Amino acid sequence: MVGLHEYLILSGLLFLIGAVGVLTRSNGLILFMSLELMLNAVNLTFVAFSRYTGRLDGHVFVFLVTAVAAAEAAVGLAIFVNLFRLHRSVNVDQMNAMGD
Amino acid sequence: MERTWLWLIPAAPLATSALCGAVALAWCRRTDPAPRRLVGVVACLGPALSFALALLAWAELRGLMPQGRWLSQTLWRWLESGALQLDIGFVIDPLSSLMLLFVTGVGTLIHVYSTGYMHEDRGVVRYFAYLNLFMFAMLVLVLADSLPLLFVGWEGVGLCSYLLIGFWFEDPAKAAAGKKAFVVNRIGDFGVLIAMFLIFWTLQGAGAPGLTFAAMRNHVEAFTPAIATTICLLLFLGAAGKSAQIPLYVWLPDAMAGPTPVSALIHAATMVTAGVYMVARMHFLFDLAPVASTTVAAIGAATALLAATIAVAQNDFKKVLAYSTVSQLGYMFVGVGVGAYGAGVFHVFTHAFFKACLFLGSGAVIHALHDEQDIRRMGGLRRKMPLTFWTFVLATLALAGLPPLAGFFSKDHILWEALSRPNPLLPWLPSVLWAVLVLAALCTAFYMWRLVSLVFLGSFRGEQHTYAHAHEAPPSMAMPLVLLAMGSLLVGFLGVPHALGGSNRLETWLHPSFAVAGSAATEHGATTVASTAAGETALHESSAALAEHAGSAPLSEPGAMAVALAAALLGLGLGFQLYARRPQTAAALAGRLQPLQRLLAGKYFVDELYAAVIVRPFRLLSEALWRLVDVRLIDGVINLLGGVTRAFSFVFRFAQSGYVQTYAFVVVLGVLVLLLRVL
Repeated sequence: MVGLHEYLILSGLLFLIGAVGVLTRSNGLILFMSLELMLNAVNLTFVAFSRYTGRLDGHVFVFLVTAVAAAEAAVGLAIFVNLFRLHRSVNVDQMNAMGD
Repeated sequence: MERTWLWLIPAAPLATSALCGAVALAWCRRTDPAPRRLVGVVACLGPALSFALALLAWAELRGLMPQGRWLSQTLWRWLESGALQLDIGFVIDPLSSLMLLFVTGVGTLIHVYSTGYMHEDRGVVRYFAYLNLFMFAMLVLVLADSLPLLFVGWEGVGLCSYLLIGFWFEDPAKAAAGKKAFVVNRIGDFGVLIAMFLIFWTLQGAGAPGLTFAAMRNHVEAFTPAIATTICLLLFLGAAGKSAQIPLYVWLPDAMAGPTPVSALIHAATMVTAGVYMVARMHFLFDLAPVASTTVAAIGAATALLAATIAVAQNDFKKVLAYSTVSQLGYMFVGVGVGAYGAGVFHVFTHAFFKACLFLGSGAVIHALHDEQDIRRMGGLRRKMPLTFWTFVLATLALAGLPPLAGFFSKDHILWEALSRPNPLLPWLPSVLWAVLVLAALCTAFYMWRLVSLVFLGSFRGEQHTYAHAHEAPPSMAMPLVLLAMGSLLVGFLGVPHALGGSNRLETWLHPSFAVAGSAATEHGATTVASTAAGETALHESSAALAEHAGSAPLSEPGAMAVALAAALLGLGLGFQLYARRPQTAAALAGRLQPLQRLLAGKYFVDELYAAVIVRPFRLLSEALWRLVDVRLIDGVINLLGGVTRAFSFVFRFAQSGYVQTYAFVVVLGVLVLLLRVL
């Protein structure tokens, strides 16, 4: 029997992998994927708790998060496409326009 | 007596000024010429209307009993601050009525003259806007029923004087002359302001706060001699600034940078007499302060002689007349300083005619010779400009004081009053004053006839084609000249002294204005008209008192007159001999007296003295303040603040690296810290 604990551990691992990805990778697309991973880790927690408590609030949140993630991905990818056109690269380390 | 139309007198020139100003503004971007002729006509209408109203006011005053000659109008509440409540109010009494008549009358003539003199100037519309504005300010000054309102007019005429001296502001020297006039007047205005505060402070202490002349007169007993002396000396500082007396006279000769009609109107006939008018207006205080009055008389006499001697050695046509004006203003101050307010004001009145005539004559000459002002390059203009010549000679003789011209009566009235009124402080002063004034009269006659000789007599010393082009003044300029010359001839008869069988009608007319404080109450409450008999008794009493004083004078009145007349004739004769008959003698004499000649031509180097003692130290102080306090201290504090901010930001900007992942790392760290706290 897989209980709440296992789900939470899995989601924690996924979140950690995502966070480490965000912090260490410099490719913008991979950064995005890591971000999605973190969002989905949170989604998993929502669903797990929803099942555990028997209330549907968690499911509703998941839909919202998915919708926001989709929108964010659309906007973000559009930005990266344009950035690539401009710089021939999606490396976030090189996208520093700060003066000085 | 209340009248509802008094406000129209100053409002008429204000309206035309606004009209001219609007035209000047409308045309400042346009290339086509402004309607100059029309503007000239409009500009003359304002003062002309004021003149008509002034005549009406005079006629109304004549119809009243002497002690009730008092027209007034209160317009609106002006100030309400603590105990001070002040209205905008106008008042016409015999003194202001006389001032009104000649200010508007001479003013109108000079406006007419200006239409001829300035018609080729590009800025003529702006010129008339300023000139009309000046009339407005001068009329406010004359009509004001309170010291603050008088001060408004006082500042207004100062402003217009500044604007008109620097009228041709493209020339830095002319702009600087305007500035000089303004700054020097400012020093005097400071005195007037302090005097005003002191008056209010005193009256408030007496439980009667107010700054109207009526309020001051009615509570004149509140002024102790010490405070009255302080106030009067401060007021005289203002008068010395406005009326060009020692030590503040230096601006007036430089003020000749303005157009000549301006010199005639503002710097000879009207504005510069405002100081005399104010002293006459405040006579009830000066009566209480013998020290201040004696100072006024002494400074007036000193100025009269100093300026007359400077005028002897000047070669600029208008400078000679300017120093002459300073000198004549000195006479007026002697008059009001010895307590003969009527005599001082009489000289203000006659001087307005002959000095305006002289200035306008100089304008006609300068106009004819295409802006030539150096009298060494003139001569023989008598044949080219007979009308200008004759009017100029008439005015010259009036200024020199030949009977029966205007200057004779007014000047000798002052001389006689200076000699016959005993001074309570210095018994020897009257004789000295008189001697100084007679000497100044000698100089006056001399430099005036030198001027006439150099300009109109002999032969022309400039370039021949200038002479060939010289022409008589056009009608618009000739008409005022003739009228003013007639004035110089006739107005003196208003003040024929008793000693010559006259009745001195002007003195009688002015008497209610200078009556002792006791009768002031009746004057204010015009409804309670005092009986004519009472007024006449007072007049007889005062003339009886004067006759008594006259006994102590070393000369009789006709004797004093004869001496002054002899001095004037001597001066005229010398001027004629030296400059018309034997110019080589004059040159030789000037060569022999070279140090004196240089001293006089250099105007006693007073400007240089002021520059060394006041202007240069002041500039040095300003420069020190600029370089040390401003640049080092104030800028230093600001720069220090900026530097500290920069230093902090230099440290903190490392946090803003611009790398997304650094920010994300900080966020994660923050979350971890929060987690640790919570768990």
